[in-house]
Parts: sequence; C-alpha cells; structure tokens
Amino acid sequence: MGIIKTKDLVFEYIRRDEDGNVEGITTAVDQVNLEVAQGEFIAILGHNGSGKSTLAKHINAILNPTEGTVWVDGMDTSKEENVWDIRQKAGMVFQNPDNQIIGQVVEEDVGFGPENMGIPTEEIWERVEESLRAVGMYAFRKHSPNKLSGGQKQRVSIAGVLAMHPQCIVLDEPTAMLDPRGRREVIRAVRGLNQVEGITVLLITHYMEEIIHADRVYVMDGGRIAMEGTPRDIFSQVERLKELRLDVPQVTLLAYELQQKGVRLPDGILTVKELADALQGYL
Amino acid sequence: MSIILDHVNYIYGADTPLAVKALDDVCLQFPDGQFVGIIGHTGSGKSTLVQHLNGLVKATSGHIYVDGEDIYDRDYDRKKLRSKVGLVFQYPEHQLFEIDVFTDVCFGPRNLGLEKKEVELRAYEALRKVGLPEDLFYQSPFELSGGQKRRVAIAGVLAMKPQVLILDEPTAGLDPKGRDEILGQIKELQCTTGMTILLVSHSMEDVAEYVDRIIVMNKGRVMLDDEPREVFAQYKELEEVGLAAPQVTYILHELQERGFQVDVNATTIGEAAKTILQAIGKKKTNI
Repeated sequence: MGIIKTKDLVFEYIRRDEDGNVEGITTAVDQVNLEVAQGEFIAILGHNGSGKSTLAKHINAILNPTEGTVWVDGMDTSKEENVWDIRQKAGMVFQNPDNQIIGQVVEEDVGFGPENMGIPTEEIWERVEESLRAVGMYAFRKHSPNKLSGGQKQRVSIAGVLAMHPQCIVLDEPTAMLDPRGRREVIRAVRGLNQVEGITVLLITHYMEEIIHADRVYVMDGGRIAMEGTPRDIFSQVERLKELRLDVPQVTLLAYELQQKGVRLPDGILTVKELADALQGYL
Repeated sequence: MSIILDHVNYIYGADTPLAVKALDDVCLQFPDGQFVGIIGHTGSGKSTLVQHLNGLVKATSGHIYVDGEDIYDRDYDRKKLRSKVGLVFQYPEHQLFEIDVFTDVCFGPRNLGLEKKEVELRAYEALRKVGLPEDLFYQSPFELSGGQKRRVAIAGVLAMKPQVLILDEPTAGLDPKGRDEILGQIKELQCTTGMTILLVSHSMEDVAEYVDRIIVMNKGRVMLDDEPREVFAQYKELEEVGLAAPQVTYILHELQERGFQVDVNATTIGEAAKTILQAIGKKKTNI
C-alpha cells in the first residue's frame, strides 16, 4: 500500500438550524479513490468548492470520512489511537502564513512541533537547523517572523512541518498570497524536499505553472476526481480544463492558440523551451 | 474624478526605533476613467498607497488632491471622500456579516443616509453588475462559494456608487475561471461607467491582460509608471525587485534570441500569437 490511500471516501457537511434539525447536506467529497506512493509529487487542481481542501484535511485526520476509509502509511485515520502518529507522518501547510506562525523568533517557531512531540532538546536543535537549511531560511533563524516577506514566512511554516520529520507534506494553496518571487521560492523549496529528501508532496494550487513538474495531477470537480494523469496529459486537454473552471500555463495556451491557427505543434507543451524547440522548424 | 498625490511620505511608527518608511516621496496622478494596475513585492508599499486614497491612512507629509480639493484641509468632508473612493480590501468576504446577501449589500448605501428605496435599488443594481445570479440574493452570504462571496463584497462597495474603485488583490485564492470572471466584470464596469479602477495585484498575467497603465512600487517609491508593454519590457529590473513579467514575455524573448522576428513587447496571449504567426509566416514565404 502507498503512503496515502483512500477507498470510496465520502465526506458530507451537514447544515443544522438553531434547534439542531438537519437543514441540508452537502457532499464535499464523493467516492474518491486515490493512491499515492512514497516519494511522489502529486498536484491537486479544481475550482473553488470542488472539494480539494476537504480531501486534503482527511490526510492528517483534521476531518474524518462520513463513508469509506483513508489510510496514511497503512493507518486508518478514523481510529482515534492513530491520530497522533498520522499527524507526524503527514504535515500540513495552509494558505496564510500569518495564521501558522506562533514563535517570536524563527528558530523557536520551527522547534515548536518537535518540542510537542517530546523530542530531546539537543535533537530539536538539530532538526531546526536541518529544516531551516532545507528551505533556505537558516540565515534568518534569529529573526522575528513578523519582519519576513510572505514567501519567507511560508518557508518558515514549511520548515516547522519538516522539523517533525513527516513522510508526507500536504500544501493547501501555499502561494495564493505571495508575490512572484515568494511563489518561486516556495515552489523551489517544495521541489527540493521532494527530490532531495524524498518526501511525498501533495500540492493544491490555482497556479497552473506550479505543477508542471508534478509526477501526477488529480483534477477535482463536484467532490469527485474528474481527471487524472501527468501534467502533459492534463494540459493537453485545454477545452476540458476550461469546462472545469481551470486554465493552463500561458505557454501551453499560446501553443494551443497557435495550433488552432494551423501551426503544427505537439500537444501539451509545458515550458518556454519546449515551445521554442517546437517552433524551431519554422525558422 | 482625478486624484493627485504630491510628494506623499508615510512612516509607520514615526519617532520610534521601529520607524519604517512605507511611502517615500510619491507623486502620482490618476485621471478619470483609467484602469491602473499597481504591482510590487510584498511590503513594497502598494496597500499603504491605496489606503491613502480614501483617507484611511494620513500621510506623514505631502498632499493629496481629489477633484482639486486637498483632502487634508481642516474643513474637507472626509466622509464624502469615502463614498467617492471605494476600497475593496484583500479577502473582502471576511467582512460579510448580514443575514442575507441583499441586506449585506444594503449596509453601505444605508450608512450614507439614503432613503430605503434608493438603498435597495442600488443594492439590486450592484449585485446585477457583479453578475451574481438572482436566486442567491436572499441566501446567507456564508453559504456561497469563494468567488460568489467575493462578488457580494465588491457589490457592497459598488452600491455606494464610488467614482473610483480600488481593489486590493481581488482574485487571490480564486480559481482561474473566477479570476477571469471578476476581472472581466471590473473591466466592463470601467468601460460602461467610466469609473477609475485601481487594481493591486501579484499576478502579472492579470495585470497585462486588463490594465491601461502599470505603477510598479519598490521600497515605498514609484519605480516605474507606464503602459504594460513598456513596463514588462524591463523584465530584468522587475525580477530584481521580486516581480516578473507574464510568461509570454519570456517566450517572446527566447524566440527572438533564436532568430525569430517577433515583437518582444507583446504582453497578452492574443498579441503574442499574432506576432509569432507573422514571424513564421514571413519565413514561410521566404522559403
């Protein structure tokens, strides 16, 4: 079994009125089956309200399935006795770094997680150092998090998760509030964790350019998995993605527009270099 | 409605050891009916700048003239200013609070002291302008999707009938379709009502697609102020200050380096496709 597996996962939000009577039920996740192998880089796309975040919150047992099962490293997330272990295996990073940073000094913030796990002090310092180095924030270890840029804060949040030595990190729109440099820094750090440290990554994002290096992409719609494949497979289907309220990277869209005008190009071009190479023949 | 900023400075925590200069000698003019993009890295002073324009933050020194009147004059009606210059904050949906969508949008105009009928008329009109389906008008704002909530929040400001609309990252966290829809509607507002629009954004692609003019902020100063094609032509300088150009700029520069005769200053997909087709078309006929 992979590091993450879901079987027939269903999650329903139940709305109640003031007297506790059921007013309505929204099925946010509907019959989702997915399996992620250790070390994979998985991207999850989907429009607002498609169920991405609800799905993500199942992976470290913030939410429990209404029906079906989620396993993290073989452990059933609905079993109370597993929750502590699961949260150490699967860390989570959210959209707004200001809601996740609590320490007055960067290195204290990063040490918070392992400290709560009862790790010996000496080892905490080792973990803090290696985590901050992994995201390129070691030079800022004595700084106040308040004075960092958005991208830097978000990398501190990631280091905080990393210091708990998870096997898997789930990032829920980690770059939504960042400027272009901040976005680049965070994505670079995340790719580094995946490639160098072998940590499994699940990245939820609305920025299509961020996922061209993912091993696999899941696209969600109405709580279900609507598409699955490599970034190239997914981005070859420009019209289908537009139906799902999504987009493709600008370079892919430009290649698609040129194709429509009769220029012969391969489907699913993902990078500037690929497009330039493909156009070379016309020179 | 024109706005002029004349040597505006703003210092956070002035006279303390933590003093930070957030705006440094900013001089700008916003004529009527322009769609202006304001870009800059986090902490460059964009939000501080726009908060000056409706008097939320008072400049440490310098003057701001709205329609020729100095807004720092003792007898200037600052309340009137706030109804003329509407500001939509980041994540405006966090400010929704009423029992239903329609009542929420009524809140602003009601506070202007308008009659009930006028208030409701404006709320209705504003909700139509942002393209919210009518069957949602009497739902709780908390049951809407992210994009819908944001539209309701924008309608709340539009209902005050501002002459200038300032939006601080209106599309952060929205899916691509939601992004296009909201920006498309804002563009249409500008075209149909002649409203001046100021858009603060981190998305270079969005800015390139919609605005007439871009102001680049860096360290509290105006670094560049020009048309999109001129601004993005300086993409190396933009990168140095934590920004970037839209991806098409990089594509066109790569193609030019490889010998294609393309116009590297095209900033949108449509323009880029056109110049590439021209470049390869020429080559075809040469062969």
